[in-house]
Amino acid sequence: MGTGSTAFAQRFARFDLVDASIVGRSFPPPAPFEVTEAALADFAGSLGQSYDGGPAPLTFPIVPAFAAMMEFLAAEEIDLSRVVHGEQRFSYERPVVVGDLLSVTLTVATLRQIGGNDIVGTTSAVTDADGALVCTGTATLVHRGVEEAER
Amino acid sequence: MSDFETRTYAVTRADLVAYAAASGDHNPIHQDEEVARSVGLPGVIAHGMFTLALVARYLGECGVATEDVAELGGKFVKPVVVPAEGAEVTMTGSARIDGDATVVAVEVLCEGAKVFGPRGAQARLRA
Repeated sequence: MGTGSTAFAQRFARFDLVDASIVGRSFPPPAPFEVTEAALADFAGSLGQSYDGGPAPLTFPIVPAFAAMMEFLAAEEIDLSRVVHGEQRFSYERPVVVGDLLSVTLTVATLRQIGGNDIVGTTSAVTDADGALVCTGTATLVHRGVEEAER
Repeated sequence: MSDFETRTYAVTRADLVAYAAASGDHNPIHQDEEVARSVGLPGVIAHGMFTLALVARYLGECGVATEDVAELGGKFVKPVVVPAEGAEVTMTGSARIDGDATVVAVEVLCEGAKVFGPRGAQARLRA
């Protein structure tokens, strides 16, 4: 970082940075996601596997969690193509099974701005039809700034 | 510390298209070379979650039951670039005892580089 005036100029050039006021905000969950055998078969099939009954693949909760993230991106007018996934963790209360009706509440936990990029930390609580926690997903999303990408 | 067998998985752009449809993640950086390059990436890259899903597949193939996994995750430190001719990822798991739980670390290599850092993707099993 250079002089104050350079920083000032960069600040004004960074029109697409995420606003810091989003930290702590939760986004209303999209419509509940019904886990069907067909959805699990498609998911497993795309990984070269076949779904043979039983619990859903471990990373399947990303499907409703991604839908929740899209709501967040839309609300913040963030272009998905500028987002890369930095980190993802799941903590499981129980496996996902066919018939589950999953709701996801995404909360923006942290925001750092480094080198013209936004580093957004999110927490997604995945709950079932009874409101019981199924799993928690924590993600780090890297939103690549315009100048950074086009430099 | 005990090692699991090393396995190699092919990744094609057709796999990424199928994963996009199955997961709802239609980010064009996983399908369109031009868009990927326009945002500063070296080319089409696999979804981080595609690779983590392959880690879950690997764990299953090594005998880890889904119900026994308490936590799964990883830090994506290097994208899996998938050229038109496809890519390969190689996975090697190793188990260690951490407190009262077993943790399986899976090192994932693509073109000789670690995809997950610093110690691979990690699965913590229920005690």
